[in-house]
Order: sequence, then structure tokens, then C-alpha cells
Amino acid sequence: MIRQPVFDTSPPVSDEIRKTTCYMCACRCGINVHLTSGKVSYIEGNRDHPVNKGVLCAKGAAGIKQITAPSRLRAPLRRVGPRGSGAFEEISWDEALALAVSWMKPLRETAPEKLAFFTGRDQSQSLTGLWAQAFGTPNYAAHGGFCSVNMAAAGIYTIGGAFWEFGQPDWERTKLFVIFGVAEDHDSNPIKIGLGKLKARGARVIGVNPIRTGYNAVADDWLGITPGTDGLLILSLIHCLLEAGKVDLDYLARFTNASLLVNATEGPEKGLILKNAESQPFVIDRRSDQPAPWDAKGVQPDLGAVWQGHRTVFQQMAETYLAPQHAPEAVADRVGIPAPRIRALAADLARVAFDEAIEIAQPWTDFRGDRHETMIGRPVSFHAMRGISAHSNGFQTARALHLLQILLGTVETPGGYRLKPPYPKPVEAHPTPHFVSVPGKPLSGPHLGYPRGPEQLALLPDGSPARIDKAFSWENPLSAHGMMHMVIPNAHAGDPYRIDTLFLYMANMAWNSSMNTAAVMEMLTEEKDGEYVIPRIIYSDAYASEMVAYADLILPDTTYLERHDCISLLDRPISEPGAAGDAIRWPVVEPDRDVRGFQSVLIDLGARLGLPGFVTPEGTPLYADYADYLVSHQRRPGVGPLMGFRGNGSEVGRGAPNPGQIDAYIANGGFFQAHVPEEAAFYKPWNAAYQDWAVETGFYDTPQPYLFSIYSEPLRRFQLAAEGHGFPQPPDRLRARIKETMSPLPLWYAPLGDVEGYPLHALTQRPMAMYHSWGSQNAWLRQIHGKNALYVPTKVWVENGFTEGDWARVTSPNGSIVVPVAHMAALNENTVWTWNAIGKRKGAWALDADAPEATEGFLLNHLISELLPEKGDGQRWSNSDPITGQAAWFDLRVRIEKVARHEASLPQFGVLGSPLETT
Amino acid sequence: MTQLPATTDKKLGLVIDLDTCVGCHACVTACKGWNDQGYGAALTDQDPYGAEPSGVFLNRVHSYEVQPEAGPAQIVNFPRSCLHCEDAPCVTVCPTGASYKRQEDGIVLVNEDACIGCGLCAWACPYGAREMEETAGVMKKCTLCVDRIYNENLPEIDRQPACVRTCPTGARHFGDLGDPDSKVSRLVAERGGFELMPEQGTKPVNRYLPPRKKDRPQEASLLAPLLDIKATGFAGWLDKLLERI
Repeated sequence: MIRQPVFDTSPPVSDEIRKTTCYMCACRCGINVHLTSGKVSYIEGNRDHPVNKGVLCAKGAAGIKQITAPSRLRAPLRRVGPRGSGAFEEISWDEALALAVSWMKPLRETAPEKLAFFTGRDQSQSLTGLWAQAFGTPNYAAHGGFCSVNMAAAGIYTIGGAFWEFGQPDWERTKLFVIFGVAEDHDSNPIKIGLGKLKARGARVIGVNPIRTGYNAVADDWLGITPGTDGLLILSLIHCLLEAGKVDLDYLARFTNASLLVNATEGPEKGLILKNAESQPFVIDRRSDQPAPWDAKGVQPDLGAVWQGHRTVFQQMAETYLAPQHAPEAVADRVGIPAPRIRALAADLARVAFDEAIEIAQPWTDFRGDRHETMIGRPVSFHAMRGISAHSNGFQTARALHLLQILLGTVETPGGYRLKPPYPKPVEAHPTPHFVSVPGKPLSGPHLGYPRGPEQLALLPDGSPARIDKAFSWENPLSAHGMMHMVIPNAHAGDPYRIDTLFLYMANMAWNSSMNTAAVMEMLTEEKDGEYVIPRIIYSDAYASEMVAYADLILPDTTYLERHDCISLLDRPISEPGAAGDAIRWPVVEPDRDVRGFQSVLIDLGARLGLPGFVTPEGTPLYADYADYLVSHQRRPGVGPLMGFRGNGSEVGRGAPNPGQIDAYIANGGFFQAHVPEEAAFYKPWNAAYQDWAVETGFYDTPQPYLFSIYSEPLRRFQLAAEGHGFPQPPDRLRARIKETMSPLPLWYAPLGDVEGYPLHALTQRPMAMYHSWGSQNAWLRQIHGKNALYVPTKVWVENGFTEGDWARVTSPNGSIVVPVAHMAALNENTVWTWNAIGKRKGAWALDADAPEATEGFLLNHLISELLPEKGDGQRWSNSDPITGQAAWFDLRVRIEKVARHEASLPQFGVLGSPLETT
Repeated sequence: MTQLPATTDKKLGLVIDLDTCVGCHACVTACKGWNDQGYGAALTDQDPYGAEPSGVFLNRVHSYEVQPEAGPAQIVNFPRSCLHCEDAPCVTVCPTGASYKRQEDGIVLVNEDACIGCGLCAWACPYGAREMEETAGVMKKCTLCVDRIYNENLPEIDRQPACVRTCPTGARHFGDLGDPDSKVSRLVAERGGFELMPEQGTKPVNRYLPPRKKDRPQEASLLAPLLDIKATGFAGWLDKLLERI
């Protein structure tokens, strides 16, 4: 017997576990934070938490390094050197807040629109929006405009929900999962957990993506599609399904607007849904061949009806996509996928949806009052993200994908795609944009919304855009998340007007969050008549990001472990298809610096400015801080930021404020769930039991059943305006584009960024270990991804004679960069790509100036302009989706050439002074 | 030289599913986080915010590109850590007896009190699974979280290695590979689990499950058109389709 050392295999794990919510990305996983001797000693996933069920990603476990990161800001700062120098002095919070108020108060009293307030990776939009509304500026939004508004808007206008956080595949039952353009993100752990479930039972996964990393690497089949052509592929799949009659006719007739009639009468209502004398849409009932209310009990809508010359949506839709230009053989070359493979994919979808259908023995009653004995499921599911949304044709592509889901009957049915409460929610249940600013007064409603027609655009009486970002203008009518990427260029150009103070939170606009980064830095520092063109910039961040150096006043935020937060049903909750859920963050450790949670600072500023909703009638502050707001604020009577433990502590959704609510959340692991009843689990938009539960839980005040919009009437209203009908009217230069792109049926058009002479597509992805992280300076994570190369496909690699270690010049119409290259075969043959946001400015993030992130690391952003090149019409169009304004950064086209090896990537900028070394 | 036990009572190890691993590195930092404050010396980082950050990791993930004879190139994500070999050369090479294989469960460990940091074991390991902790001057390696798997201060469900507990896709499995009826042994049997580099003769305990066959040629079960739309026109197609209701 060998003698072995003896040691304790049962050491104490920690002194205490505190359960809060992660913020290393946007997933909002539950974490167990272990504390030993008062310090964070280990972070693991919370097993009880609905989002991550115990698991945690690379970022989550590395979060422990964020609370010791040297880049943490320590105190409020006032700029003392030129903008961009990074020279600051520390000031007290009283000085900082007084300075902010001295800038903001006169604006509120004279011209509230001269304050523009935009937030980045923020998860408190129900508060920040309320604050901006109370201030009275129309200029507020978060970062969705350059993130994924195409996904959100297309989903809301079509199915009343969307991909990403609005829903997820039925991971337990789906048999075939098709994932489009998901660059390892959005969302992160839930998709990984779901893929794990599919793999464990051998279900099939198909990846459609130009790049075969991450989720696409484990896909059973990979379609390396040409970027920007997903819509062409999807409409071709629809063509094949229609041609073979493989569509769910019963689902289409009952639950979608396929059975409504399209007005065929020439004139101002042509193409709108035909209405009866009561202004209600109607269907033709197959039992009587007569018109009947769309929601009447027992009605059997006829998809094939023609009534007084008006045809159904179904017929118009089918005829459109049966046309030969949608055949696989007609699109294969552009899509980069052979026609037989497209036909095979269509056959797979049809086989699983219809031949392998499932049925759950769960009776339910629909909104018409008709009872169904079972729930039929079509176990095909889809997920999609950036690869679809970050193109200028992304809105219509996402609509096309939703149409494909609908035709297969896979939305809100077992095995398909399930929405998460408070979704589904029809367009009609969302606000419209509010934008009329009056000195000294709040806005009359929320800034962001979903226009139903041109009369809801945010236009001034002279027809010019009311908002600094030109959201909800004719250039991009449905910009439901605003257009943060246009704020600095527009404010700099004074188009549509000049502003005074730019107020930003957690948005690195002087670096990786802007297109055309170098130009944006110039815009931020340009002077005119002795002052900066954008005169004042206030910025809040927890870390010394590149943006800090470009602000005049810094309000230092805490890290995510040192703060209160709310993951609320009022904005972006943590619901699952089977349960509404919300959560909190709370200070599991106290900050060791003179920093404050931004939301508490915002509430303090609101009180100092005397904003309605932030002060009592006597003018004293209404809330002590954000924690107090979370518990006390009521958006509607009985409905507040948190749904759990209301009133006496046992009321859910609706109930009086409960002072013990946060403690109750902490005791419950940091979150709360309200479970959807079994009978209400599927068919939610049409399920009477779900609608009743949603009202009871406080999502809305009356049941809101609706039909999915295969045919989008709001889009048609914009087309009608472009055809010359109604008021307001678009400028002539935009008529043709609106007519073409705002088709009420999904369509594909070539990405607007396509230009001659640039044969390659260039994309970025976030690595899983850094996706959406506000901590890519993290000591552990930067050892995994500390520099990036441009990945080049075999054909281009060979053509250019590249060898390992080579460098290349990459050129777009906007400029050139010089970067290291690496070979990758598992890649679309005309696509190059790199990891996003590894590259950093020298001197930023408290990294050494010779850190690889700042030497070899690079951004593609320099190649992307916020404006497209002039194309012979004298106009430089915005590089955005013409419908939603989504920044089209995946439209980027480049050419590449080999250059001598370099020591550092180009362009390089001067070393930023550190805001951490103050005077 | 240090002796290996002739046999061990159990063969605890990992089974890693290469068909499921998406290469997210969750296991890498969960391992680092636990072992930074767990068994033995902390896992320090040299130059953590500088030009050449370099720290100790007991588990790393590599991504390899594979070009099959037919079909598109593939990516395989490959987590790498100590395989707890039965004939562990890192043990027999150890001059002080610090490296040893446990009789009761087969875990290969370093007794840091006896380790002189000579690095011979890392040199002897064909898998590159050991890393030197420069601050403490001792060799570090995967312990299979020996301070978790028996830890009575943890709920029973958590008595597994940190990498297994955290893996978002469930690609990592832990158990007794010496017991043919264990869940991990059955998984290896069902999925054709394999030893890494068996030609090295170290008899690794850990197993990898191979990627499933990808990009299969499509079977010819294409959709048949309802009818010849060109001949019948749209109206004919519509009639034929709606007959089904």
C-alpha cells in the first residue's frame, strides 16, 4: 500500500451565498455570489433560476475580476484638458450634480430638445424613458437601433413577439431546429442549454450562417449562406412549401389575417384590409359563403374567398411567392446554396411539421369561444439574430422568417416557437411615438412606439424630423428603438438641429459602438466659434472606456455586484414561455469608491430638476434612491417595476407597494415567477385562458386576442402615402424607396450597401466568452481573447498568396485598415470576418499601452460609414434599414490585398490619457 | 521516482461530448474561479493588464478546423485538461513523490507540500495538462475538484467538478469509468467514446465522445408539387389546395 497525503476533502466553501443577477452580458442569469471574509470568493450559476438553471458562461464566472478591475472609475470627474485628452479632476458628487443641473435646467425651461439622452447596454429603460419623458425632450432611446431593432420590429408587426428575449423554441419538444445568423449570442446560456437538450436526444440542428463557429460548429448541417441573402432563401423555401401545398391551412384560416380580404378598389384605401360598416375587418364564413365577424363563435374563415372583387390575403400571398423568381433555381447563385439543397431543406421542414406532428391532450378554448380537445404541435423551430437584422433588408427578412414559421403553423404551438409573457402582444397594445416638446413640460407619453401609419411619424409642422436621430421620420418610419448611431453625426451636422447637452449612459460611442469611429472622435472634438460643436457631454460608465475621455462630466457608476437593478416586466423581463418572471440586482458588496449606481443618480437629478414624477407636490424628492423607486413607483395603480410580493406580500402582478418587497426578492433568490396555467401554455394570442391570466397578472387591462399579420396594414399605409394618398406626404426623393421597401408582404431586396469594386462581405461576431460583455478588459477573459485576426476563406487566401502570420490592407468605400489575417475554411467563400470589440484604444480600460488589444487588435468599425456613398442621385443615404433605421453594419463590402507584416494594426490613434490619473 | 497504485477502487473521470461542445469557455473560467480559491495554491495571473498576460488555467478549450474528404470544413471545439491516466507518466517521473495517483478514486494530484516546482511532470505529460504556478513555485493540474466531489458542505447535487456543473450545453459528464454500469460508461458505450492519443500508452481515464456525422448528403425525398401550376394556373392550384379542408 502506497502512503497518500491526508487532506480535508470537505473544506468550508464560503461564509455566505448572496443571490443576484449577472450583468456580464444581456442574458440576466441568476448567480450565487460566494463571500468569504466579506470579499467575493466565487461566482456560480443559481440552480433555481429560470434563465440559466444553474449553469454559467465564461463571462459569468469571470465576473469576479470586474470588482477588482483597475479600470473602475473612482469618483466624479470634470474635464480639465481638451476633449479626448483624458485629463480630468476629481470633484464631489454635490459639485457634479450641481454642474449637471446647471446645464440641464435652462434647457428644460427653454428648449428641452437640446438635451439628448441615450443609453447603451442598459437594462433600465422603463426608468430612463420615464425620466426623459418628464424632462420633456423628444431625444431619448437606448441602443436597439444599432443592435437588433429589425428583429424586434419585424416580430412585433408580424406575430406580436420576436426572436431573442421575446420567445424561444420549445426545446423540450422540437425535432428540427434551424438557426439563422446567430453569432454565438442573443441569447447566450438559454440557447446553449437548449442546444444541449436537442443534442442529448439526437434532435436535428441546421445552421444557416456564413461562418461556421460556435452554434454552427455543432449543427448537423451547415448552409454557408452569402450575407444579406437570407430573405431570398426563406422566400424560396416558402415557394417550395406553397408549390407542394405543405402549409397549415387550418392555422392560417383561424389565427392569421390570411382569411381577411384586401381592398381592391382603386383609391386611398386600396390594399388596406377591407372593413365593414363598423370599421371592423371581416371574413367570409365557409358555412354560409357570407361575410361574418372575424372573431365570431364557430366561424370558419374561407382562405379562398373572393367577395365583390376583393380577394383574401392568402391568395395574394400565395400568388406572390409562387412566382418563378422565388424558385430555388432562380436564387441559388445569389444565395450561395445549390437549388437541390434548398429544396431538400423545404422538404425537411414539411416532413417534420406535418408528418411528425405532435399532439398534447390538453383541451383549450379559443377567443371565438370554440373549444379544442387537444393542442396540435408542429415540431419545427427557428431562431435568428444579427445575421438577419444588421442588414438594410433585415426588417423584411425577419418578416419573411416569421411568415415561414406561420405557414408551417409553428408559432405558439407545441414543438415550435413559444413567446414569453408579457408577449404575445399585438402592435395595437403598444404605444405610438410621442415627441412634442414644450418648455417646462413633460412629454405627453413615451418616446418609443410602433407607428400604425404616417400620421404617427415624429415630424414637426414643417415636415422635418422632430428627433435628433431622425427616428420615426420618412427616412425610417418604423424606428421603434430610435437610432442612437445617428445622434452624434446629426448633432455634429446640426441636422435636423443643434443640441446643447449630450447625456449618455454605458455606450462606448467614441469606439466600438459607433460606425466610422475615427470620424466620430473628430465630431466630438470639433470646435466652432470657440466652443465644441456638441457643446456639453455628460457620461456615466463604471469603467475607463474610450468614451470617458470624450466627455466633460463623468458620473461614475458601480459594478453590477454593487448596485440595485430591476429586470422588469415594464421593459425587459426574464420570462420563460411558461412563466412571467422578473428579477433584481442588489449590492452583494458595497463599493469601495466614491461611485453611485446610475439609476439612483438619475432619480436624484430628476428631483433636483423638479421633474414631475420625481418630486412631491411640495417639491421634495419622491424617492430616496433606485431601491426605493423599485418598491414605491406605480406605473398604473397597483402595477410597479416588480410583480412579486406586492401588497401584503402575497399578491402577484397587481397590488399596493410593499416596503418589504426587495427583501422578499432577496429571500427568493433574487427573482420571482408567475406560472402560466397549463391550459394557457400554447396558442397564447388566441387562448382565452391565457388572455384572462394576462389581464389578471397586469400585462394589460382587457383581453387582447389578435391575428398574426402575414399582410402588414401599417406598411401598406406608408406605401399609400408614397403613392400620393393622404397626409402627411413623404418628400419626393423618398417616394420610390418607400413604395419598394414597405411592402405589406415580406420581400427581399439587395442590401443597400452593395457597391461595385468591393467583392467581399465583411462581418463581425462577438466571441462567446466576451459577447455583449462590458468587461472585455477582464483579466481572465482577455487571456482567452486578447487580440483578433481577420479570418479569410480558402479561395481568397490562395488568390492573395497569404501565408500564416501575414497582414492585409482591407478597404471599403469608407477607408482602409491594416490587420493580421488567418485562414479559415469553414466560411462562406466570399466572406471575411473578425471578433468584434477586442481592439481597444491605447490607454483605455486601464490596460497597458502595449496590450495586444491596442496593438494588434482592431475594429472593422473604421470601414463602416453611417452614410452610404453617393450613387448618382446627389444623396448620401443613411447606412440603415430604410424601414426601421437599424444600423446596417453587416452590409459592409470590402476588398483585400496582402501587405508587408506590421507591428501594429492601422489606424492607430494617440494614447488616451487615463481618467484614473487625475489632477 | 514515484510509484503508481497497481489498481484503483474507482476510475473517476470526465466524458466530454465533442458533438455538443460549442467552445464557449464556460468550463475554463468556472475551473479557474473554483481552483483559484480551492485546493492548494491560488492560480495567479502574471501581467494581467499588460502586454503578455499569462495565468494558470487547469482547463483550456481549443478550436480545430477539420476538412473532411467530402463536404464543407468543420470546426471541432476541444476542451483539454488532465486525463487522470492509469499509467500516468507525470507520477512516475516525479522525483519527490509530490505527484501521485489516488488509490481510492484514481485522481492524479499534486501534494504541493512536497512539490519542488521542478517541472519534470509537465515535461512528461503528453497532453500538456499541467501548468506551473510561478508565484507559489508549485505545479498545478486538474484535481477533478477533489474538494467539491466529496464536500459535505455542498448540496449533494453540487458534488461534481466546477466545469461539469457550469457547462451550459451539458457537454461534460463526470463519473466512475471503472464501473461499466455507470452513466458515463454507458454514454461512452452508446456514443463510441474514445481515448485521446492511446498510442502514448498512458491509459487515460477521461473519454471524448466524437462529433456525430455532419452534412449528410440529402436523401431524395423532395416535395412533390400539388399539380402543374403553369398548366392549371393559380386558380387551379388554389382549388386543389383548399379541397383538403
